[in-house]
Amino acid sequence: MSDIINLTLSVLIDKIKKKELSSQEITSAYIARAEKSKDLNTYITTDFENAIEKAKKFDEKGNFDYKLPGVPLAVKDLFCTNNLKTTAGSKILSNFIPSYESTVTQHLWDEGAILLGKLNCDEFAMGSSNETSFFGNVESPVGKKVVPGGSSGGSASALAAKLTPATIGTDTGGSIRQPASFTGTVGLKPTYGSCSRYGIVAFASSLDQAGPMTQDVSDAALMLDVISKYDTKDSTSVNFKRGDYFKSLSSNIKGKKIGIPKEYRVDGMPKEIESLWQDGITLLKKLGAKIIDISLPHTKYALPAYYIVAPAEASSNLARYDGVKYGYRSEGENLISMYENTRSEGFGDEVKRRIMIGTYVLSSGYYDAYYLKAQKIRRLIKNDFDEAYKSVDALLTPSTPSSAFKIGDKTDDPVSMYLNDIFTVPVNLSGLPAISIPAGKDKNNYPLGLQLIGKAFEEQNLLNISYSMEKELNFKNNLQDWWIE
Amino acid sequence: MSKNKEYFIKRGNSEYEVIIGLEVHAQVLSKSKLFSDSPTNFGAEPNTQVSLVDAAFPGMLPVINEFCIKQAVKTGIGLNAAINKKSIFDRKNYFYADLPQGYQISQYKDPIVGEGSILLDLPDGEKKVGIERLHLEQDAGKSIHDIDPQNTLVDLNRSGVALMEIVSKPDLRSPEEVNLYIKKLRSIMRYLGTCDGNMQEGSLRADVNVSIRKTGDKKLGTRCEIKNVNSIKFMQMAIEYEANRQADILEEGGSIDQETRLFDTKKNETRSMRSKEDAHDYRYFPDPDLLPLELTDDFISKIQKEIPELPDEKKKRFVDKFKLTPYEANILVSDIETSKYFEDVIKNSDIKLATNWITGELFALLNDRNLEISQSPISSKNLSTLINLIKDGTISGKIAKTVFEIMANEGKDPKSIIDEKGLKQQSDPKEIEKIVDDVIKENPKNVELFKSGKDKLFGFFVGQVMKKTDGKANPKLVNDILKKKLN
Repeated sequence: MSDIINLTLSVLIDKIKKKELSSQEITSAYIARAEKSKDLNTYITTDFENAIEKAKKFDEKGNFDYKLPGVPLAVKDLFCTNNLKTTAGSKILSNFIPSYESTVTQHLWDEGAILLGKLNCDEFAMGSSNETSFFGNVESPVGKKVVPGGSSGGSASALAAKLTPATIGTDTGGSIRQPASFTGTVGLKPTYGSCSRYGIVAFASSLDQAGPMTQDVSDAALMLDVISKYDTKDSTSVNFKRGDYFKSLSSNIKGKKIGIPKEYRVDGMPKEIESLWQDGITLLKKLGAKIIDISLPHTKYALPAYYIVAPAEASSNLARYDGVKYGYRSEGENLISMYENTRSEGFGDEVKRRIMIGTYVLSSGYYDAYYLKAQKIRRLIKNDFDEAYKSVDALLTPSTPSSAFKIGDKTDDPVSMYLNDIFTVPVNLSGLPAISIPAGKDKNNYPLGLQLIGKAFEEQNLLNISYSMEKELNFKNNLQDWWIE
Repeated sequence: MSKNKEYFIKRGNSEYEVIIGLEVHAQVLSKSKLFSDSPTNFGAEPNTQVSLVDAAFPGMLPVINEFCIKQAVKTGIGLNAAINKKSIFDRKNYFYADLPQGYQISQYKDPIVGEGSILLDLPDGEKKVGIERLHLEQDAGKSIHDIDPQNTLVDLNRSGVALMEIVSKPDLRSPEEVNLYIKKLRSIMRYLGTCDGNMQEGSLRADVNVSIRKTGDKKLGTRCEIKNVNSIKFMQMAIEYEANRQADILEEGGSIDQETRLFDTKKNETRSMRSKEDAHDYRYFPDPDLLPLELTDDFISKIQKEIPELPDEKKKRFVDKFKLTPYEANILVSDIETSKYFEDVIKNSDIKLATNWITGELFALLNDRNLEISQSPISSKNLSTLINLIKDGTISGKIAKTVFEIMANEGKDPKSIIDEKGLKQQSDPKEIEKIVDDVIKENPKNVELFKSGKDKLFGFFVGQVMKKTDGKANPKLVNDILKKKLN
């Protein structure tokens, strides 16, 4: 049993196809481990009985040509799942059971995957430590009382703790890459428009993007093959020619030009991050890549611009949670008091903070000074990347300015929490693809990630570069299973 | 209500001009909604035409209905307006129970259609009324407060239905001009098939902006907006009331507060709804779920080719080609079905007679029975036949009215009615001469009186002949023969 959970997704699939392992064996192994890992609080909702049922069915008459044949997967609780509670980590949706399936999860099931359950996340994906979830903090398997990052914290923790062979998260400002970095896993945010947003509880529509969170780069490519598809139900979905990512993986990156943006060398960045980055540069050189120093001059404006655009969109996106149609309702004397009670009780502090910021920056008299200016900055940041890509194929940066921190360390200081996203938000603002791969550890033995940022729709390039680095880095989490009951 | 441009409000020595602008909300004629594929049928059971998108379920996304875009562009072309190749859908944020998303998707800074104009036919000539813009937006649902005493019920059938908001410039000057404007706008949209203009079903409603200023003043007065008026009559009443209310205030030395008002149709008065200070801050911003809408030249020119002949062109053609008076042409073109009916009738019959019969007898009949021309009990073919029977002398105009009545009641063709009832005109001069001779013989006194100069008695003789022939004698022949015999 313990062998099963140590296999990567692609190996697991291979074994299923060769009938060396059954879907039932695998599914049971992950369920058994999840039952003993409740302390991590990764799951909001489990669907284990159904999963076993489906695994049985798969073993009886499943299609072994599928890309994910009989593979059990848990997913972030931001994806709407038909007939299974979908909360977005919020009290306001704590009783919400969708009658529909998100496009991205549907792609998983269409390729034979089996849903294990729904993973914890920051409320409406707003957070960098999974401490804003109505369903409680998630602990990272990398250390006791350590945050897994956020907002896809439950996903990262479950993946690192081997409670699911792979998973998917969503990334609005770093919500896949930052937790991947914190937990020693791989997290890919695809180009905006690659994966459909249909059926994903919206945080900030112009930034939200679903993506794979996996044990290694091959698995990420495999998952991307499944979930990156054009969808007419999402008007921002882009109909571009997608690669055959897994099959086309190549570790030959000779001659690739990798840019090193000087603006990412921020004040107060720990030495270990600095040297991690330097080691990454050295490794790329060794692999035959050409290193080029570049400048992204507007980088310092990215975080403030992000914290205007994202809350602005969120304030509007979350208006539908009003107690009228579905979800939590707190009665009131009249419509207005029902609204007030419902939303006061239904939303947590961080969500309220962002709704207020968003409402403020869109209000008459402030729109030009905040929202419009932030949009202009967004354009400038995109232009920076476009300019850089005239001379390089991809960029290398650290994924985060620090390693994982302890639960509670930053909850009283939202700005310090927001600073966690400093290396990840420019990517969302520009719609670009980026991947975080585990590249080293800090003094506490907590993982550290490196981020590769690519050109729009050139995920294959990103995957290949990280694939070649991964082989050399040979990163191992070596977790001690301290949380197992 | 004044019938022409000269509409003023008088107070003592002062005379006020009334300035009116309209924001018309016209429901786009479309099978499905603006951003979802739910049907748009009117009168369906509550909440049966609602998709997950319309009800704003988590993760649901709007997808633009291309047909609605075509309809808006078509309407824009019909209003002689600039089509904006790039337009943007914005979110208008506010909370209400029948607004599931918590925002309405509308177009704010960049509408799909820009400036245009509508031509009104006034008794003293044409007047051009400017169109400021046309934009697309979603309708909200409906809150129902009077079914359940404890609760408000919400019907989302309308939620997401496509509306065109058509904003006029403040170019209207009287309730009558508003009447003509709405009718013309409706006529154009019906010609185009972009809005059915059905005000009873709420397919066409308007916010009415009213201000007044002393005649001769250049500066516009402060305006009040009367929300959501759903009939032309109510619009006219609301303007009348509102203009007088404003005149009273100004006459007493007061000033007008810019505000939104409601028209109470029962009390025939407008009431303040909210002041400018209480106005909503809608926090408009571009909807991030939708990319800017970009139209290609090809898309626009294809639609351009689908534009039918519109009322103004048709009117010109009717005047030029059929020699109708502008007045007649106007009546015939105002409704596309009427104009079609007219053109069908005149394919094979006299234009002048057709014009008179349609605008006279037929309109009276339809009016009487409250029917649309498409529901006319008399087909264009049968009317054409009737007119030809008059024209060739088979029946007299008078008999024709009898036949018309029978046609209206029984729907039969005029020929068989004439045959069945023996209504054919007597046009044999010899037979008529015999009857005329009889009449002269039977009324020697009157013949004498006539000959001595009592001309008026001619009618008596005609009447006598008609009586003897059950009105079937050809009146022209009767006249001619009587004249010959009596003189």
